[in-house]
Amino acid sequence: MSPRRTDTGGRIDRLKTIRFTFDGAPYTGHAGDTLASALLAKGVTLYGRSFKYHRPRGLLTAGVEEPNALVTVLKGEVREPNIPATMVEIHDGLVAISQNRFPSLAWDINAVNQLGGKILSAGFYYKTFMGPVFGPLKGTRFWMFCEHFIRRAAGLGSAGSAKDPARYERMNAFCDVLVVGSGPAGLMAAKAAADQGARVMLADLEPRFGGSANWSDETIDGAPAADWARRIVAQLAGRDNVRLLPRTTVWGYYDNNTLAALERVSDHKEQPGKGEPRHRYWATRAKSVVLATGAFERPLVFPGNDRPGVMLAHAAERYANEFGVLPGERIALFTNNDSAYRAAVALKKAGAAVVAIADVRPELSPEMRRLAAEAEAEIFAGHAVVATEGGKALSGLKLQRFDMTNGALIGDARSIHADCLLMSGGWSPTIHLASQAGAKAEWNAARQAFLPPKPTQQWIGAGAFTGSFSTLEALAEGRAAGLAAAGGQSTPSVLPVVEAVPGDPDPAPVFEIRAKGKSFVDFQHDVTAEDVRLAHREGFVSVEHLKRYTTLGMATDQGKSSNVPGLAIMAEALGKPIPEVGTTRFRPPFAPVSIGSLAAERFGDLKPERLTPMHDWHLANGATMYSAGLWYRPMIYGHAGETVEQAYVREAKATRESAGIVDVSTLGKIAVQGPDAALFLDRVYTNMFSTLAVGKARYGLMLREDGLAFDDGTTWRLGEQDFLMTTTTANAGKVMQHLEYFLDVIWPELKVQVTSVTDEWAGAAIGGPKARQILATCVTGTAVDNATLPFMGIVRGEIAGAPVMICRLSFSGEMAFEIYSGAGHGTHVWEALVEAGKPFGLVTYGLEALGTMRIEKGHVTGAEIDGRTTARDLHLDWMLSKKKPFIGSAMMDREGLIASDRLELVGLIALDNRPLNGGAHIVEEVDEANPHGSIGHITACCYSPALGKHIALALVKGGKARQGTRAHVSDPLRNRFGPVEIVSNHFFDPDGSRMHG
Amino acid sequence: MLITCPYCGPRDVIEFTYQGDGNRERPDPASQNFEAWNAYVYDRLNPAGDHNEIWQHSGGCRTHLRVVRNTLTHEISSVAFMRGDHGRGDHGSAARRKAEDKS
Repeated sequence: MSPRRTDTGGRIDRLKTIRFTFDGAPYTGHAGDTLASALLAKGVTLYGRSFKYHRPRGLLTAGVEEPNALVTVLKGEVREPNIPATMVEIHDGLVAISQNRFPSLAWDINAVNQLGGKILSAGFYYKTFMGPVFGPLKGTRFWMFCEHFIRRAAGLGSAGSAKDPARYERMNAFCDVLVVGSGPAGLMAAKAAADQGARVMLADLEPRFGGSANWSDETIDGAPAADWARRIVAQLAGRDNVRLLPRTTVWGYYDNNTLAALERVSDHKEQPGKGEPRHRYWATRAKSVVLATGAFERPLVFPGNDRPGVMLAHAAERYANEFGVLPGERIALFTNNDSAYRAAVALKKAGAAVVAIADVRPELSPEMRRLAAEAEAEIFAGHAVVATEGGKALSGLKLQRFDMTNGALIGDARSIHADCLLMSGGWSPTIHLASQAGAKAEWNAARQAFLPPKPTQQWIGAGAFTGSFSTLEALAEGRAAGLAAAGGQSTPSVLPVVEAVPGDPDPAPVFEIRAKGKSFVDFQHDVTAEDVRLAHREGFVSVEHLKRYTTLGMATDQGKSSNVPGLAIMAEALGKPIPEVGTTRFRPPFAPVSIGSLAAERFGDLKPERLTPMHDWHLANGATMYSAGLWYRPMIYGHAGETVEQAYVREAKATRESAGIVDVSTLGKIAVQGPDAALFLDRVYTNMFSTLAVGKARYGLMLREDGLAFDDGTTWRLGEQDFLMTTTTANAGKVMQHLEYFLDVIWPELKVQVTSVTDEWAGAAIGGPKARQILATCVTGTAVDNATLPFMGIVRGEIAGAPVMICRLSFSGEMAFEIYSGAGHGTHVWEALVEAGKPFGLVTYGLEALGTMRIEKGHVTGAEIDGRTTARDLHLDWMLSKKKPFIGSAMMDREGLIASDRLELVGLIALDNRPLNGGAHIVEEVDEANPHGSIGHITACCYSPALGKHIALALVKGGKARQGTRAHVSDPLRNRFGPVEIVSNHFFDPDGSRMHG
Repeated sequence: MLITCPYCGPRDVIEFTYQGDGNRERPDPASQNFEAWNAYVYDRLNPAGDHNEIWQHSGGCRTHLRVVRNTLTHEISSVAFMRGDHGRGDHGSAARRKAEDKS
């Protein structure tokens, strides 16, 4: 006998068949099924192997709190692990696999861990990995060897490494009332608020709105509760002021009533709709929130309570009524409260035999006796389940007389033959969001549950969330909450009429049956009641420590079903009442959130890109592009069959022999204008700018307030009060913010305006022995000879009819010019320059050649101005003016910043003629087996065509004094060791004769 | 968190950049008082309660704002432009006084 689909009933569409696979085997289900209900309908009882002991596990729940039945869903190359099967809606083509089993789910080799249960107890990791000596391997080392296997055996699903091609979205939303949860309370709240004209959002993590109405046997206003719910949802769906969000988990409650939610937009579809993201992250600001999140049923803790076939009572009721699936044919119940009797009746109605109801309470109300009779179940009052039997499915259980006043088991055990055992240990309100919002939960002794306290933010609770477990109360509280949240006045009106099974909401205070065998508290992390007591015996008295030591409640389900039982067992061990032991605070997220949804548009197709005006030209002319921040820049313009190194060596060589041109439009450009512009620049730069003549440029260095180097670049004086500052590509934004800060906050009296003009100018740098000749052939309106355009001079003219500004400055070390034109003319000017250069052998070059030539010249970039280096470290102390204070001047001479053993910029030449690696360490003496003693590291490296050697720039301790000595590179990760010579960073043309011409 | 920019109105915190503790006093630029510089560059108040902070509306009008934020509740009790704030650092206020004297 096994679980099966019923002939009628449930909210599934039996006419629609859906095909999917689980662990490679084909299955069918119906529209409206979850993976859990579809598999259960096919008789599947085994869903996973437990975390530590690899025990066979079945379905415990039917919802988001499921700890056992975790699966991995495969979509193409992408795998998403650890999703509860209860939360996966089936669709055609769904591929799901089970987890934490080898070689197969049914036959798992690590199930032997159950035999070693004693050593895998609480605190296993802390106790184990420091160990005694085993033969030649010292204890700890031995355990480090074992750890690999232990970690492989213990765990959940494995993450994939394929790139996730799915798209994710973030939405900012605003509403008057956000209703979380769409059970009877939530629906009433949403309707009441919407009727007041409030803008309402209604979110539920299930695909179907209605919550318990979808599976209760109750009627509301004479109709089945589910039909009532559908009617209300239809009314809400037709209103402009209501947004319905099914499949949406509200997972975080943040300050200012900001709530975070995850909408699973297309996980339930074979293909997402056009333009649909996979997940949508809703950042919602709600004036008011109605928390109608319901309650979770708690398991009872007794030996064998984790065997497949043991399930929460309401979950079985839900499988029967919502999905038309019977979890068993011969069902037994074990409860400490009245709610399970409802499940007994529901399952009887659905066609199962209810063979026994074991209730820990000795006295039962006449109503419960009547319900048991209706279910034709034998009642065992004052009894408890002390054992379960079976392997991958339940075959039977043992009952024993139980005294709930002292926990004693009396008399002989009696065997019951059953293939499904339903348990109910009472209900815990789902107070997670309220707790996140800052409120401390309050223990209610009658309900044996933590109830939400007074709101700390703008929220109102309703229904089971507040501990009001009946549908009538839910409707009343829901309506009141909706009205209050919308700011409406309560008008006397008639509540819907509810026909419900009676029941006392208060359970007996019984959490555990102490008998021989493993009794699980936290199913997902395999924490037993004995583990909790062991932790107590070992001295852990705080609930926070208990949690960390045993890992209780720390799995992906965050202890939704285990927190309260765990706490109760701890309280008993401590001999304290539960409220004195306290509870841990819930933190976001309520349920796991996809990282993709948090990153949203910052990745993938919608990520912003910055393209220079000449971008298309580069692509059309064979450039390989390189992403630098948001920018794309040519790396090389490779010829057919060329390697990257061959290409950049050719480009750099040709530039030094004739001429080369490079796109420098990405440099940050800031217009600094106003009467105080020169004064401002004197304060911002370490060197003087007020003395700079109009029509000239100067290289400038900025420090941070703490005296460390910040950024460098040239600034051009275009007019008395008009400067064009350039920054490094990477720091453009930071420098702009730096300038704005000082103008706005520190020196508001300065009459200076700064404007980012990076995107307004296209820039091309042309350099090499023939650069001037090339310019002379294409520039009109100005001469470009040495007298008109000396080093650091600026002229204006035209190229091919477009106005340009030309500054003679050099990064490559060659005679070079930067030609700026309006961005719209960029490609036009660039093409004219390339055309003019053809007879002279002009090459286009990319970042690699640019980097090569700057390394040969020893110029610094962000790799050297890394936030730790000073101007002196970089041999730029000649730029530190003594005539004026500037930003950083007061702090730059601190003891630590002028010490003799600081990392200083040097050049390195590989003496073994092999390539050097960026990031490799420099050592005095190399010891390949035991690398140590770093005296610095390589910041940039290349093959230098000018020197015919592999060279690098490096930051080396006391580097200047080491020039002319030898050292070694030590790069154990890349297995690169070898001798180098430490030299000046100015490898090539140190006196600058080439650029001065 | 919402910050109500005096120009742009209430905006999400992601539009703003935190620019540090607003209680710092920048010493006179020519000052060699190392203690004062050290305090300015490194010392930060860390109150449990109202805190004077500087925020830039970097994703909007780019002005710097003086924001009083409660570090326990994130409640923002006041927002004002930094510019025109006469309680600022020595150099700024001294120079401003000089400028005002002239006019």
